[in-house]
Amino acid sequence: MDKIQLGEFIKSLDSDLEIKEGKQFTEVTVMPSKLHSLASQLKEKEETLFDFLDCITGVDYGHDLGVIYHLRSTKYEHMVVLKTRTADRDFPEFDSVSDIWEAADLYEREAFDLLGIRFTDHPDLRRLFLDDSWGFPLRKDYVDNNIITW
Amino acid sequence: MEEMRKDITTDEQQEYTINIGPQHPSTHGVMRLVVSLNGETVKNVEPHLGYIHRGIEKISESLTYPQIIHLTDRMDYLSAHINNEAVCLAVEKALEIDVPDRVKVIRTLMAELTRIQSHELFWASYGMDLGGQTCYFYGLRDREMVLDIFEETTGGRMIVSYNCPGGVMHDLHPNFRKRVKEFLKHFRKVLPEYDDILTNNVIFRQRTKGIGQLTLKDAVSYGVTGPSGRASGFSCDVRKHEPYSAYDRVKFNEILFSEGDAYHRYLARMEEMRESMNIIDQLIDNIPEGPYAVKMKPVIKLPEGEYYQRVETPRGELGVFIISDGNKTPYRVHFRTPNFANLSVLNHLVKGFKIADLISIFGSLDFVIPDIDR
Repeated sequence: MDKIQLGEFIKSLDSDLEIKEGKQFTEVTVMPSKLHSLASQLKEKEETLFDFLDCITGVDYGHDLGVIYHLRSTKYEHMVVLKTRTADRDFPEFDSVSDIWEAADLYEREAFDLLGIRFTDHPDLRRLFLDDSWGFPLRKDYVDNNIITW
Repeated sequence: MEEMRKDITTDEQQEYTINIGPQHPSTHGVMRLVVSLNGETVKNVEPHLGYIHRGIEKISESLTYPQIIHLTDRMDYLSAHINNEAVCLAVEKALEIDVPDRVKVIRTLMAELTRIQSHELFWASYGMDLGGQTCYFYGLRDREMVLDIFEETTGGRMIVSYNCPGGVMHDLHPNFRKRVKEFLKHFRKVLPEYDDILTNNVIFRQRTKGIGQLTLKDAVSYGVTGPSGRASGFSCDVRKHEPYSAYDRVKFNEILFSEGDAYHRYLARMEEMRESMNIIDQLIDNIPEGPYAVKMKPVIKLPEGEYYQRVETPRGELGVFIISDGNKTPYRVHFRTPNFANLSVLNHLVKGFKIADLISIFGSLDFVIPDIDR
């Protein structure tokens, strides 16, 4: 399937999805509540078979916090980008996909550690690199008084 | 007697915990493994990270693209050249710049030399992990020749920072071709020695064969790439699947095994060194003439958007994800580093094996800790 067919197929799974043809990949914007079911469908469906989770990137958009998933199929070699975001900065929460792809375990802990994004049903959500006393450095409103600027 | 027997059984059921690291030769860097044991059998391994976390992604947000290159060196210092290349390719893709042929070939040559020296160090340290001290001396002796080649052309030995957006920093040293050929001649002679010392050693084979088996399904699910994934039959070589630089014009094999144990992860790296030498052979006499870089604007600004670039490092797939808002610094950079993904499989692999096998399995995954912590 090429990019456009892939986009149409994903659209047929759920008509609420927002599909965009990105420069490189098909980009799918999904509501946080539908993320988990879409992700498991994308992995299981014979037409898509996204069995490889490339990376999970947490992003601070200024007002919203978001998570970007890069998925790849080892059989068809196509890629798709899932995007989801929430406006709740105090308690941002998404469904964990670590039951779908094992690799998500560490990726989600990284996003939690650096951006404070929580993942429901994650088996072991703890800080990964930093101490509990740190803030969330990749947030845009993070202030570190000790930082050296040049 | 009865009492003693009772004690022994309770002891066996008792779980105890030991710490390996953060300063331990077999963790190859500063990482702490908290190992839960039942007798000698590993029940659970929990890696504790962050001892060398420098916040490269955070720092990158306040740096320009040519400056970020110098930080990527420090992620996986054994594949510095390839990490640089990943960022350069992402920037060039965003700006839709096609670099000259000479640059593509130089990058490929350097990348393959990097791969060889990284696998040499893997061979050296893996041998030492499993008790073969000689390997370390042999491996480092031959790796030195590659580092000398790097030093002559780039000025750096490990942290080369040779790539820059649009090309490479400066032209190849006039001695480059001669010295690479010398190295290949030497290395072809000593590689069978490597096999004699370690690959065919009975003790080594017994400590690696059938140890830490990873199935193809798990390799895909855990995101294990590179030689570790290919030893389980996961065809994931980015050089083959999504050729960049000059990989589309060279012939080489993707090394695939189906066994997926520590021995075959080791073997995959040994075979990759041979393939890398073949790639260098095909290119070294055909370096096209031309400019070594295209002229870039003094301030590089990427158009607004998201850019993702994958490359194949000696340890697996490195992904660079740049979100640009049109400024000279990126809005967000994310590095999908191979070691970080490969680490997630460690606990799954070692469960049920003895603690001595933990060292063998950990070594066979070839971790570079700064790449995990970033």
